[in-house]
Amino acid sequence: MKVRGVARRAAFGMAVVLLVVYLVFPFGWALVSSFKTNAELFSTPTRFWPEHPTLEHYRQVLANDDFLRAALNSVLVASSVTLVSLAIGALAAFALGRYRFRGRSIVLYVILSMTLFPQIAVLGALFQLVNALGLYNRLPALTLTYLVFTLPFTIWVLTGFLEAVPVEIEEAAYMDGASPLQLFAKIMLPLAAPGMVTTGLLSFIAAWNELLFALSFMQTPDKRTVTHAILSFSATTSSAFEVPWGQMMAASVLVTTPLVLLALVFQRRIIAGLTAGAVKG
Amino acid sequence: MSTTTGEAEKQAEVAGIRAKRRARVAWAFLTPALIVTAFVALYPLCDTLYLSLTNTRLGSEEPARFVGLSNYVELAHDGFFLDALLLTVFFAVITVVLELALGLGIALLLDARFKGRSAVRAAMLVPWAIPTAVSTQMWKWMYNDVYGVFNDVLVNRLGLLSEPIAFTADPRTSLPAAVLVDVWKTTPFVALLLLAGLQLIPRELYEAARVDGATRLQAFTRITLPLLRPALLVALVFRTLDALRVFDVFYVMFGSRPDMQTLATYAHEILVSISDVGYGSAVSTAIFLVIAVFIMIYVALFQRRET
Repeated sequence: MKVRGVARRAAFGMAVVLLVVYLVFPFGWALVSSFKTNAELFSTPTRFWPEHPTLEHYRQVLANDDFLRAALNSVLVASSVTLVSLAIGALAAFALGRYRFRGRSIVLYVILSMTLFPQIAVLGALFQLVNALGLYNRLPALTLTYLVFTLPFTIWVLTGFLEAVPVEIEEAAYMDGASPLQLFAKIMLPLAAPGMVTTGLLSFIAAWNELLFALSFMQTPDKRTVTHAILSFSATTSSAFEVPWGQMMAASVLVTTPLVLLALVFQRRIIAGLTAGAVKG
Repeated sequence: MSTTTGEAEKQAEVAGIRAKRRARVAWAFLTPALIVTAFVALYPLCDTLYLSLTNTRLGSEEPARFVGLSNYVELAHDGFFLDALLLTVFFAVITVVLELALGLGIALLLDARFKGRSAVRAAMLVPWAIPTAVSTQMWKWMYNDVYGVFNDVLVNRLGLLSEPIAFTADPRTSLPAAVLVDVWKTTPFVALLLLAGLQLIPRELYEAARVDGATRLQAFTRITLPLLRPALLVALVFRTLDALRVFDVFYVMFGSRPDMQTLATYAHEILVSISDVGYGSAVSTAIFLVIAVFIMIYVALFQRRET
């Protein structure tokens, strides 16, 4: 009996260790590779650990103006999308979470179905829209079109948050003569703050990770976002004959580390946000 | 008597006015979201449908004409499109099955209480947080035919292969290579969804089953699986939708290689590189239809089991 218990615990421990290795290995390997010299990267058999760790690849990446520009573009696009969808989403969630009116469930269903339809299904029409607005190859085109996927879950999650606020709080505010706008700004917004953090993080990460629209609506290198820039590494750097894997891995580490840290610091909030749809649906 | 009816009527009237006023306020708060939704989602969706019935080309001098269903007739005879359709559906079926099976296993593992569980849960977010375009590059480096770690382990350390494989170039390993990246990236999401579902199952049910002499397997098939069905359905729907519109992995890993195009990369190629908005919109609409078919199948299957 005791032996079986020990064996079971050992098997369980092994499974957990294997899982963690599986989850973090690709990132870990990129990290280790980014510190190797080119001689070590391009030698067989593979060395698992850098013997002469170097920051050379990072130096080259950080001296690459196109890459820095792309990082700045991504920050601008992702933060603007996050702010706009939080502002618009919070207003809508207040209406959907605190009011009962005819048409409410239709609005909720339309918003939910937006999360389901593929971005590629609207690419052609958005391409024309972006051109018609004169936004082709300009960053606001991405801020506008990314709302397609950030707005629906922002509204969905915040509506859940605001629905949960006890009705007494609302009544007390009206007794004190508050207008709907004051109720929204002074009472509901602060109460929804945790939900805003969650949806804000999810929006930011989704926008940072987007590739299809960035690829389609931006043309010149100075308008690229990081996901697009990481693909053009082989073309822009020194030697034309080999893919600069060291720089590519250094750049990969640079553009993912902030997100991984955000995800780790806010893991509870993010997991709650990711699973909110499942528990409700 | 009459006074009370009058008061009741008056009260009802006041309540009606208040309800109307509240509805007006609600719509006012909704307006910005509705405008944006109409502008970036509803209008483009209808417009894509319309464009697919025209011969619109970007930057063309000729005005676009209405051509009826001819783009769709062309699609039915387009070998590249049919190949992409087949590859995408095949990819979706394999990845969704693997992700659900693996995700369920991980969720069951993490449902147990153990030291360091929250650290493992945090590690689950690592693949999810990395942009697909970037993680595909990381995997391409591991897949590299000469310097990649996979070939090194398989050939030099374990001796399982006599010579290295060019995983992303060899037609036999290209699809599995893409499947692995997708499974790695999205299984954590499935596992987290299922874990949330598992934690909603009351523990007393398992205790009652044990008292009644049920085996672990019986408890799993009679309690866990049925109660987990809503979460499984949500995971299934979300993952299928995502897999059918897969773009990043294939675009980054294979570029414009003709035998490795998915519906989304094909639509992107036609819309953006060739600027044939009419035909490209037909491909986009086709993706929408394929997704709709899958959803109808799921609804039919799950409803039948329900009754």
